[in-house]
Amino acid sequence: MDELIIGQKKLSSRLFTGTGKFADHSVMKQAFSASGSQVVTVAVRRVDLEAGHENILADIPENMTIMPNTSGARNAEEAVRIARLARAAGMGDWIKIEVISDQKYLLPDNEETIRATAILANEGFVVLPYMNPDLMAAKKLADAGAAAIMPLGSPIGSNRGIRMKEMIRILIEEKTLPVIVDAGIGKPSEAAEAMEMGADAVLVNTAIATADDPVRMAEAFSLAVAAGRKAYLAGLGPVSQRAAASSPLTGFLR
Amino acid sequence: MSFYDRYNKIKHHPYEEILAAMTVQDVDRALNQAEPDEYDLLALLSPAAAERLEDMAQKARKLTIQNFGKVISLYAPLYLTDYCVNKCAYCSFSFDNDFPRRKLTALEISQEAKALKDMGIQHVILLTGESRIHSSVAYLTESAHILRKYASSISIEVQPLDTEEYRQLFQAGVDGLTVYQEVYNEEIYKEIHIKGPKRNYRYRLDAPERGCQAGMRSVNIGALLGMDNWRKEVFFTALHAQYLQKRYLETDIAVSFPRIRPNLGGFEPRAVVEDKDLVQAMLAVRLFMPRAGITLSTREEAELRDHLIKLGVTKMSAASSTVVGGYAAKKEDNSQFEISDTRSVAEVKKRLKQLGYQPVFKDWDILADEEEWNDFSASRHHNGDTRAGAGV
Repeated sequence: MDELIIGQKKLSSRLFTGTGKFADHSVMKQAFSASGSQVVTVAVRRVDLEAGHENILADIPENMTIMPNTSGARNAEEAVRIARLARAAGMGDWIKIEVISDQKYLLPDNEETIRATAILANEGFVVLPYMNPDLMAAKKLADAGAAAIMPLGSPIGSNRGIRMKEMIRILIEEKTLPVIVDAGIGKPSEAAEAMEMGADAVLVNTAIATADDPVRMAEAFSLAVAAGRKAYLAGLGPVSQRAAASSPLTGFLR
Repeated sequence: MSFYDRYNKIKHHPYEEILAAMTVQDVDRALNQAEPDEYDLLALLSPAAAERLEDMAQKARKLTIQNFGKVISLYAPLYLTDYCVNKCAYCSFSFDNDFPRRKLTALEISQEAKALKDMGIQHVILLTGESRIHSSVAYLTESAHILRKYASSISIEVQPLDTEEYRQLFQAGVDGLTVYQEVYNEEIYKEIHIKGPKRNYRYRLDAPERGCQAGMRSVNIGALLGMDNWRKEVFFTALHAQYLQKRYLETDIAVSFPRIRPNLGGFEPRAVVEDKDLVQAMLAVRLFMPRAGITLSTREEAELRDHLIKLGVTKMSAASSTVVGGYAAKKEDNSQFEISDTRSVAEVKKRLKQLGYQPVFKDWDILADEEEWNDFSASRHHNGDTRAGAGV
C-alpha cells in the first residue's frame, strides 16, 4: 500500500485541497468527495464558529483531516496567534503556516515562517509550512520541527504551473522532509508533473474552486495525481543530473 | 517621498487631449498586456475604450475570480457621530447645516454593534464626521474596544490622523482604514472644501500612507466621482493605489468608486458619471491592478450593484444606515447621503448566492493584544479620563 504518512496520519490520497474561492458550500462538499482528498486546508480567519450550519467546518466531510492555515498572518507572531486560535476552536493539531507580508504577489516570508514553525512545533502542532522553495530554508524548517514542507509551484492563484521546478526538484532530491507542492498548479497535467517528479503530494485549491464545474475538475485532479504517482513509482523517478551517458567517454578504461 | 510629489510631477499633463487621442488599437494593446502600464491605464479609461467594454469586462471577471474566487465580503457602516468642523459643498454633515447632531454613548455603540451582529454583519466600518473633539482618538479607541466583542474586523473612516494615532487604533483592534481623497484635482479640492481642517489637501492625501506605516491590514482609497472629469480622477486614484501597493506590500490596498449622491444642501455634481462610466472605471482599475480590492457601497441601486458584482467587486456593504444610531434605535434623522440599495442582509446574501457568489461575513480575527489594551485603559482611567461618549 503506497501511503503518505504525516503527523502519524496515513494518507492514501496525495491530493490536498482547500476551501477558498468556492461559490458555495454544497459544490465544495461534492468537489471534495470527487477529489478523494483526505486533507483540506481552511483559513482560520474565515471560520465562524457562531455561524451554525453555515460554519464552513460543518461542510467538510468527516473523513477529511482539517489543516487550518494562518492566511492573513504577516509575521511569525500573527501566525502563532492564529494557530493557537485554531487549536482552541477545536480544529486539531495540524497547522499550515502561511506568513505573507506581500499582498501583490502573495509570496511567503521564509524567515518568519521558520520562526513560527519552531514555536508551534514546540507546542506540539503538526506544522506544514508554505514556503519559497529554497534548500537552506527547508533544512532550517526540518530542524525547527516541521512535519513536511509546502513549496510553491508558482505564486498563489496564478495557475501558472510549476515555474519553480528546479528548486523543487532539489528539495525532493535532498529528501529533507516530505514535499507537498502548493500553489500555482492550474491544470491536472501540472499536478501529474509534480507527482512524476517525486513530490509526495500536491495541494490544489484555486484550479478546482474556480473551474466552471468544480466537481468534475476535482475528479480530474484526483486521476492526474494518482497517474503521476504511479508513473513515479514505476521508475520515471527524478533524473539524476549525473546520469550515465549512453556512450560513456571513459568506458574504454573498464 | 509622498504621493503628493508624484501627483505634482504628473498633474500638468494634458489629460483631456491624451484621453481623446486614444484609439481602439491603444485599447486593444492595453487589453493584451499582462501588466498594463500607466499609458495602458489611460487607454482603458479613454472614450475609445467604450467600444471594448465587453472585452474589458470578460478579462476583469476572469482576473477577479482567479485572484479572489467566487466570493464577496460583506460589511456595514456604523455611524458614531455626525459632528463635523468642516464646511464642504457636497456633504450633509457640514457644520453650517442646521440639524441636531448626535454622538453615540458607549451603551449606544454596543446596541448598534449588537444590532449589526444580529443581522449577521461582522465586518464593521466606524464612521464619524470630522471633529477631533467629538471623534477624538480616545473615543475611537474605546469604540473599537466595544466593537471587538461583536465584530471580527473593524475599519475606520474618520478625519485623517497622524501615524502614531493610527498605530494606537491598530493596537486597539482596528485593522482597516478608509480615506477618500474626494477629489484629486487640488484646485477643485480647495473650492469644495470651503472651511475647516479638511482644506489641507496634502494631509489628507498622505493619510492612507500613514495608515500603511501604522500597520493597518487594509487601506481603502477613492475619489468621489462627479467632482471633476472621472477619467482623470480614476487615473490618479489608480496611481495612488499602485504607489501604496508598491511601497507597502504587506497592506491590502482597495479602491472604491463612490458617486456623489443627493444630500442635504442640494449640491449638484460637477460632472455626470453615468452607469457605463462607473463600469469602465471599475474595469480599468481591475485590469491595471488585478490584486487590488474593489469596494462597492449601498450608494448604488440594487440592480446596478447586482451587475457590478460580476465585474471585479470583492467587497460590498449591505443593509447600510448612514444615520447615527440607525440600527438599534432605527433613527431616521439626517443621513450623510441617501442609500440606494435598501435590501436587508438576508436579501443581499440570497441574491449573491443566486449570482453564483459565496457571501463572506467573517474574514479576519482581531489579533490585537488584550494586555496592551488593558495597560492603555488603566493608564487613561488613572489619568481621570472620561468614558467614551459619557460627556455627551
